[in-house]
Amino acid sequence: MSTVTVLTQKPAREYKAYQHPLWRRVIVNREAAIIGLLALVIVVATVVVPNFDSPLTLTYLIREIAPILLIALPMTLIIITEEIDLSVASTLGLSSVVTGLGVQAGWPLPVAALLAILVGTVAGAINGALVTFVGLPSLAVTIGTLALFRGVAVGLLGTTAISDFPEFWTDLARANIPGTPVPVIIIPFLVLALVFSVLLHFTPFGRTLYAIGLNKEAAAFSGIDVGMTKFWLFVMSGSVAGFAGVYFTLLYSNARGDNAIGMELQIIAAVLLGGVSIFGGRGAMHGVIAGVFLIGTLASALRLAGVTSDIINIITGILLILSVVSASFLAWMRTKRVAAIGRKKGRSGSSSDTA
Amino acid sequence: MTLTTEAEPKQHPLVSATGHILKARETGIGIALVLVVVVATAINPTFLFSSDGFRDLLLTPSLLMVVAVGSAVIIITRNVDLSVGSTVGLTAYLTGRLFIDVPGIHPSLVFVAGIALGALLGLINGALVAFGKVPALVITLGTMYIYRGINVAWAGSDRINASDMPAGFRALGTGDFLGIPLLTILAVVVLVIAAWYLRNLRSGRELYAIGSDPDAAHLYGLRVTRRVLGAFIVGGALAGLAGVLYAARYGTVSSNAGYGWELQAIGAAVIGGVAISGGVGTVWGAAIGAYLLLTINRALPIIGIEDFWQRAVVGILIIGAIVLDRVLAVRQHRRLIAAREGTKS
Repeated sequence: MSTVTVLTQKPAREYKAYQHPLWRRVIVNREAAIIGLLALVIVVATVVVPNFDSPLTLTYLIREIAPILLIALPMTLIIITEEIDLSVASTLGLSSVVTGLGVQAGWPLPVAALLAILVGTVAGAINGALVTFVGLPSLAVTIGTLALFRGVAVGLLGTTAISDFPEFWTDLARANIPGTPVPVIIIPFLVLALVFSVLLHFTPFGRTLYAIGLNKEAAAFSGIDVGMTKFWLFVMSGSVAGFAGVYFTLLYSNARGDNAIGMELQIIAAVLLGGVSIFGGRGAMHGVIAGVFLIGTLASALRLAGVTSDIINIITGILLILSVVSASFLAWMRTKRVAAIGRKKGRSGSSSDTA
Repeated sequence: MTLTTEAEPKQHPLVSATGHILKARETGIGIALVLVVVVATAINPTFLFSSDGFRDLLLTPSLLMVVAVGSAVIIITRNVDLSVGSTVGLTAYLTGRLFIDVPGIHPSLVFVAGIALGALLGLINGALVAFGKVPALVITLGTMYIYRGINVAWAGSDRINASDMPAGFRALGTGDFLGIPLLTILAVVVLVIAAWYLRNLRSGRELYAIGSDPDAAHLYGLRVTRRVLGAFIVGGALAGLAGVLYAARYGTVSSNAGYGWELQAIGAAVIGGVAISGGVGTVWGAAIGAYLLLTINRALPIIGIEDFWQRAVVGILIIGAIVLDRVLAVRQHRRLIAAREGTKS
């Protein structure tokens, strides 16, 4: 009896007991942990690793991780809805080949680039259609299109490579913002990051993505068109991968079928490291961006310190496993804590009853 | 309403068995495989009718088949192992290293060591998946990096050469019995054991139950953790075996041995009718899938298509296979509904 009155009298306090105070929630979460770790790596590397603090390090770092940063944006949205796109690196390779073939055919680069992005978009639409309209699991679909898109890219060019691109555009891909060591690719990235962040965190569309990831059926019953939402996410993923392919081609002046092979795994590793749950429904854009920077910065610092790439791969793998295992450990701790609070509440309720 | 359901018309056991075989998924890809071989042979008879051609046909896919059988066992439990390619590379290098570092070691000990290392790597995956409550995709993505990194760090630019391994061991990779390569015989033995286990033993059937619905399996009292752990150990051990066989077959082992095999093995299983969402499929299917993949690879240049397109064909096969599964599932669903409506009226 008395528990009912307690609930009606102080509902807010009743629920707050289950939550940490605001300051703890801001400081103690996955995203903050990753950003803190990133800051730590930067500070330590600046002090310990010679030449890490040179502006050139930043230039090369951003150039190298730009494709991962770009593709990680739509990938975040896709994984939040509990789907996955393994075909992105193959789409990048295909777009790279199309760019090369277009330029070889004598088209102006912007036309070739537009066609390449269009091809990427179509590739994404194929994934989306197979997932949405045929109703297939995205893991299986994108393992198939991973092989298919890569196969078409390699089939079109064979072992040859196209490396003759207009100097104006390759220079632009390698250029820095005047007066800074920051490559210009950061501008389209920032624009896209802003668009995707606003989309995810400040629009109804973004909230539907979390809803789908948390519970597909409930989302569908509350009027969300789950299928079309996913379809458009895959289309976005394909277009962005297409754009990244054009950038990749110009940056290295090299169109090859096997460009960026295996990059899909780096992208997914970075997204998961950034705090997005593979079970869907959880994650934030700033965490993902920090995750990509963390992997990139760590790799570049270790390389400057003379560590070989195989050790860097081992560290990347350990980081990924630690980040997901620790997340599930923390979740387990939380359920224990909530249960403990529940027990305490039950005791105090019964004691007031007897009094 | 009548209580007696309509009895199925009695069929001769042989007839029903034939119907069953004709309807089975494995038959479909088996026919596709035969078709590829026939077409390629019609265009270029040496594809089959030369001693090398026949041998290659049997031998080349048998290593992938061993890995694919392991992958199928894992996928049936609704998990996946992306690290098998790295495991193959690591055990292949271990095999060569053992022959160099322990002179006179008996090849059977090398087999034991390779399988044990594979099983250990699988155990690590399985333990992280089962106790960390983290999807296998993520864990094995991480261990794929780690195992490959260890391999590269260990091997460096070093390569194992055929001359580093005893002739007796190399003969296993190249020898044959009654015209059938020894490696193929070994792979088929592995396949038969795995198929028998999955079909007849209680613990094998439980893998299907776990893959169909892990929560229900847990509630029902099945030892889900132990079975999943077991599946990963088997998958790792088979990848380890494939690594040893890799060294025997190719003679040279560099640090990128087995690179990309995880996707080929998963592709073979999916083409062979093992559902990526668990609970469905046989190792037979995965094995024929592996043969189909690599036979197409060899047939393409003969049919007049550059083998650069091989991956595209593989992709189309995978997508075709999962679309087919989906279509069949939807039809089955409709038929069941129709049957229910029929009994109501």
